[in-house]
Amino acid sequence: MAVLTEEQTMIRDMAREWADNESPVTAFRRVRDTAPAAMFDAQAWQAQAEMGWAGILVPEEHGGAGMGYLSLGLVMEQLGRNLAATPLAATAAAAGAILIGGSAAQQAEWLPRIAAGDLVATLAVDEGPRFAPDRIGAAVNGGRLTGTKAFVAEGDGAGLFVVAATDGLYLVEKGEGVTVAPRHLADARSHAEVRFENAVAQKLDGPADLVTRAADRATAIVCAEMLGMAESAFAQTNDYLKTRVQFGQPLSSFQALQHRMAKMFTELELMRSVVEGALEAIDANRPDVSQSVSLAKAVAGETLRLVSSEMVQLHGGIGMTDEHDAGFYLKRARVLETMWGNAAWHRERFARLSGY
Amino acid sequence: MATAPEVEAPADPLEAFRAQARAWLAENFPPALKGKDNSMSAVEGPTELNADEAAWKQAMGEKGWGVPTWPAEYGGGGLDRAEARVLAEEMGRIGAWNPIGGMGVMMFGPTLLEYGSEAQKREHIPPIVRGEIRWCQGYSEPNAGSDLANLQTFAEDRGDHYVVNGQKTWTSGGQWADKCFALVRTDKSKKHEGISFLLIDMDTPGVEVRPIRLISGSSPFCETFFTDVKVPKANLVGRVGEGWTIGKRLLQHERSSLSGGGSTAGRMFLGEPISSIAKRWLGTDDQGRIADLDLRTRIVRHEMDLRAFLLTLRRAQLEAKSNQGPSATSSIMKNVGARIMQERSELLIEIRGLAGLGWEGEGFGEEELKDVRTWLFGKAVSIYGGSTEIQNNVIAKRILGMLDHQ
Repeated sequence: MAVLTEEQTMIRDMAREWADNESPVTAFRRVRDTAPAAMFDAQAWQAQAEMGWAGILVPEEHGGAGMGYLSLGLVMEQLGRNLAATPLAATAAAAGAILIGGSAAQQAEWLPRIAAGDLVATLAVDEGPRFAPDRIGAAVNGGRLTGTKAFVAEGDGAGLFVVAATDGLYLVEKGEGVTVAPRHLADARSHAEVRFENAVAQKLDGPADLVTRAADRATAIVCAEMLGMAESAFAQTNDYLKTRVQFGQPLSSFQALQHRMAKMFTELELMRSVVEGALEAIDANRPDVSQSVSLAKAVAGETLRLVSSEMVQLHGGIGMTDEHDAGFYLKRARVLETMWGNAAWHRERFARLSGY
Repeated sequence: MATAPEVEAPADPLEAFRAQARAWLAENFPPALKGKDNSMSAVEGPTELNADEAAWKQAMGEKGWGVPTWPAEYGGGGLDRAEARVLAEEMGRIGAWNPIGGMGVMMFGPTLLEYGSEAQKREHIPPIVRGEIRWCQGYSEPNAGSDLANLQTFAEDRGDHYVVNGQKTWTSGGQWADKCFALVRTDKSKKHEGISFLLIDMDTPGVEVRPIRLISGSSPFCETFFTDVKVPKANLVGRVGEGWTIGKRLLQHERSSLSGGGSTAGRMFLGEPISSIAKRWLGTDDQGRIADLDLRTRIVRHEMDLRAFLLTLRRAQLEAKSNQGPSATSSIMKNVGARIMQERSELLIEIRGLAGLGWEGEGFGEEELKDVRTWLFGKAVSIYGGSTEIQNNVIAKRILGMLDHQ
């Protein structure tokens, strides 16, 4: 655990308590089974907004908490532990982009609504099934955006899209010229194909590398969710091994399993360091943000893959059943591993940024 | 929380100490020695000290700053943690290094300060502080490696002294050591409780040392044979049968020094990155990538692993300082440090091809020859000080609360 301020410790403890008491995995299961149109837990999202989480990144003058990415990450980690199905990650990523690139007027227009939890927003970059920020076809002519974005997280419920076009990021409100078609992935969360046809678009000015900076921040937020998922998957597996008896002994007494758990624990410790490192790099606005984020996503992706796979394997048959939660972690894990670049993509970028 | 967080000493006294340390170092550190750290000689065998080295060692020994936080009453520096940090900063600033090292400093001294009698501390700590006495470790035996408590070297009680018979092995630096801290059996009827912690002079009649030649060609370890070796009772540390407890405590010091505060990995990080060595040997393609793309991928993985390791070390240090409760990270550091060191060596061989496997003689660079020996000796890192498998047992049982097999 990074060294936290009193405020950060408070928000983390609050998030943990809320996730454990108000949003256990059964809450996610209910969302999956009832499949609401927006594909998220509206009640939980409202509760999160009331606690101020929708505006963690938003400055106080716009009704937010004015805290940083590490604080947001602490909350996302707790939500990840129990697979809480709310649009916090997507909305915060969009808010982050507006904070970097938005004019004073744009910030005043959108951020208060985001902080209040009245507006779900999302960052739409990819146009195919894999992260490829260098291959963008969406284009703006005369203030109108045309193009199609694939697998947009929380696209079903979003009222505001922050869209990557050939020449930067644009704000597009849901409405005329915007068509949303759900894409049901294995994780039972919201992903949608969003088609823009001459949709009214407002440009976010800001630095030339705005898309990269926005994507890096979105990636770091997802890494924090992955950290929570991996920790919880690991803890549940460890508990199970202590209770499941075979050959007259708890499974946890078998050395073959002990060493697999020790190895996973080791990788988890490294994962926590790199994820917190990326969030801290963003908060400090360090020049190596992109490298830190690639390090975090590559390590997080591989570690979560390991832990989520082992969760199913070490639970044996019960882990194969829909009744058990292991499958939820496995399915969500692969989605997050892929989103914003898989481990291979981030290793490639890390090498390039390091000059080799 | 009831207890106040540790308060940093006010800036002024600390800055006063900084000025004092800076002045003393300027007066005593010979500039010719800047960056010429020979502290590994404590492990690699004695080297002839030149006049500057001898003077520097004597100055640091008398000042006690080779062991800055040890109590001043036994010759140590008597500094608090903040002062020791300032001293390290000031030494780093001018390229000064610590000439006082070895097992006495890393393992035995801290343990004796905790468990030794007043007389034992007065006798043994000052020579360690001055770097005069070399200690070696008598733990492992041919049939007591990972299962250390199976050790059989027997110390028979003969009233005012013990008579020791048995064999130790993997005695680091045994051929150069003056004294040995050993785990011996004083009771054959109990496994762990039958072990005691005994100090043995290496020049006592009946002690015989034979160096073991390793795959790296060097002989840093020995077999040590004890035949009717007479050891005074005054050399028993702690109580009879307390050896296992004391010995384990010492291993904690060993592990923390092996994980090095990350010093080995830290040095690697400060040295030439492996990616740039690869670029030099293999060249790059038209996109500036290391020409062997498969190797390049494994180099990225390795460099990421190293970064993650260093970030984890930093996190462990910060957590320890801010007192956010006990951190579990230290227990994994040895395993990860070993894997990173070994992977680096393997990658260096792949990068250099057969030139990376030169054993001796003409046709090889100094770096290549050194790295081959490091590669081979580095295989020991995941075996000594509690093998990777033993560390995994520790993680599983002590941290994850997994159970013993019945």
